[in-house]
Amino acid sequence: METTTKPSSLADVANAHVQKAPGTRALGTGLETRGIHAWFGKNHVLSDINLDFAAGTVTALIGPSGCGKSTFIRTINRMHEFIPGAAMAGEVLLDGRDVYAAGTDVTKIRLQIGMVFQKPNPFPSMTIGENVLSGLKLSQQKVSNKDELLEECLERAGLWNEVKDRLGAHGGSLSGGQQQRLCIARALAVRPQVLLMDEPCSALDPGSTLRIEETIRHLSDTMTIIIVTHNMQQAARVSDYTAFFLSDGGPGQMIEASPTNEIFSRPRDKRTENYVTGRFG
Amino acid sequence: MSTIAAERQVPAPRVLTTQPRFSDKVFRAVVTTGGLSSLIILGLIAIFLSYRGFEVLRQEGFHFLTSSDWSITTDDAGNVTESHFGIAAMLVGTILCSIIAVVIALPVSVFSALFLNFYAPAWLKKILVAVIDMMAAFPSILFGIWGFLVLMPSVEYWAKLLNKYLGFLPFFKLHPYVVTRSPFVAGVVLAIMIIPIITSVSREIFSQAPLDRIQAAYALGATRWAMIKAVVIPHGRSGVIGGAMLGLGRAMGETVAVFTVLNIVFQVNWQMLLGVGGNVASLIILKFGEASPYEIKALMAAGLVLFLLTLVVNALADLIVRSTGKSGR
Ligand SMILES: Nc1ncnc2c1ncn2[C@@H]1O[C@H](COP(=O)(O)OP(=O)(O)OP(=O)(O)O)[C@@H](O)[C@H]1O
Ligand SMILES: [Mg+2]
Repeated sequence: METTTKPSSLADVANAHVQKAPGTRALGTGLETRGIHAWFGKNHVLSDINLDFAAGTVTALIGPSGCGKSTFIRTINRMHEFIPGAAMAGEVLLDGRDVYAAGTDVTKIRLQIGMVFQKPNPFPSMTIGENVLSGLKLSQQKVSNKDELLEECLERAGLWNEVKDRLGAHGGSLSGGQQQRLCIARALAVRPQVLLMDEPCSALDPGSTLRIEETIRHLSDTMTIIIVTHNMQQAARVSDYTAFFLSDGGPGQMIEASPTNEIFSRPRDKRTENYVTGRFG
Repeated sequence: MSTIAAERQVPAPRVLTTQPRFSDKVFRAVVTTGGLSSLIILGLIAIFLSYRGFEVLRQEGFHFLTSSDWSITTDDAGNVTESHFGIAAMLVGTILCSIIAVVIALPVSVFSALFLNFYAPAWLKKILVAVIDMMAAFPSILFGIWGFLVLMPSVEYWAKLLNKYLGFLPFFKLHPYVVTRSPFVAGVVLAIMIIPIITSVSREIFSQAPLDRIQAAYALGATRWAMIKAVVIPHGRSGVIGGAMLGLGRAMGETVAVFTVLNIVFQVNWQMLLGVGGNVASLIILKFGEASPYEIKALMAAGLVLFLLTLVVNALADLIVRSTGKSGR
């Protein structure tokens, strides 16, 4: 852990990249969550989360284990409802429209809000190329320029050079870091407006991690990214905004959301300061 | 560093041993006995059948498999004067009936397994699983009686329907006056018998489809059916084939149900709507009661052939499971 890292050094890292003005070339007008609550059965795990994610920005979600970060991003693309007994309240507005509104096609929502999981999960029965294009097949979309799309997505995910000669190999034949970039490429192929990433680097080596962080910076030109991470350095390196979640025994709450350089240099809340300086959590 | 390493000789791999604990030894002995005993029993059955059937097999030679006569003449003293034994018709009947059964049962089972795992509400699933498991434990004579009393009277309608749309194929030629006791009827009865087995196996393997891949598919905007096609079926393919082969094995060995609904006729018949057929197991039960000692030897030989056929099918199943298993995972 970064127990020795001082807030100022994290702030330096955060200041090292230019914080973007929102809404430049990104698709859509961003994402807002209004009063999100979540339950697993009777267990209230998330309470009243209000966060705005401007188009074309990267927001990092940080906080101790079990405070509901994963649950929160899974309410955004409606993956939360797959868990038996799971419930939610509140609104998730994508371009101003509630993704939970009656009559919404969930599969369309998930195409607009892509997701990369903690553990790389390429489809084992498909080749590398098929994996990248699997989203199109799964959502029954047709594209004319498959090869171009394939190259573009792998290029953007930073994997093209490593796999361009073996697109027919099985997805499982790649290393863990390569598999994760394959999963990013796969998420990109359906052209989401928003990309959710749940600890995408936690199973990876430092080299792969840096490559994925580069990828995230590039991607944020054209999409809105929300990334959960336990690595404060990573939050400082890649994100424009950071939100701190905490559960004090009860349901998880959002304690503070600020521009990343601010949250690491002058956090407003004492609990945030304790966390980012490594004094607990 | 590297030069030193290069000069050093590469050692031979060490022999890895471990001192097993006493409890481990006992357990190993128990499971080894269990594992070997099934092998030994199987071997003993094969030896018994070969031993008893050998005389007839030598007498008939290859004709035992290719001819369809089954006759034995004895003189007044009970000595065999002339005998012809051939099980071609029964072999064909065995294969035809069990293939019909699997062709009907496989899609039904796969779809019910998918329904149970991914569509049925929990309460309905519980009921259906109980019913299907119960069906698996039903004595086969009940299926036979059901086929006899319920299916046979109505089968003419189905047979006509099949003939109307598929009549151009020789398999489906219609012979109205004998259709009620045809391999098709036996196939349907067998299908219903093996549906529970194939459904259980498929359900089990489908439920093991990796959750993270299922979520990955949904997160990419997949509908449930698209997810099933992309994740669940590739994952379960080899298991389903294994289940189908298990069902095929049961259908091939089935005796009573086939005996109840089928006309045992010694005539090779590939037409599923013609009331001529039989299978090896039902031949044995038909003749066993009043067979002379020599005829019993012939029946043992038939049993041996059925035994070997089952082994071949299982070996084939294994081969298929292996070859599809690799691409499916
Ligand atoms: N499938 C589930 N069923 C029941 N409770 C769950 C489930 N998943 C999570 N929880 C509970 O919800 C709370 C929040 O979990 P969540 O996974 O969102 O935490 P997190 O912040 O992502 O933690 P981590 O950093 O360890 O990933 C935890 O208390 C957890 O026990
Ligand atoms: Mg989590």
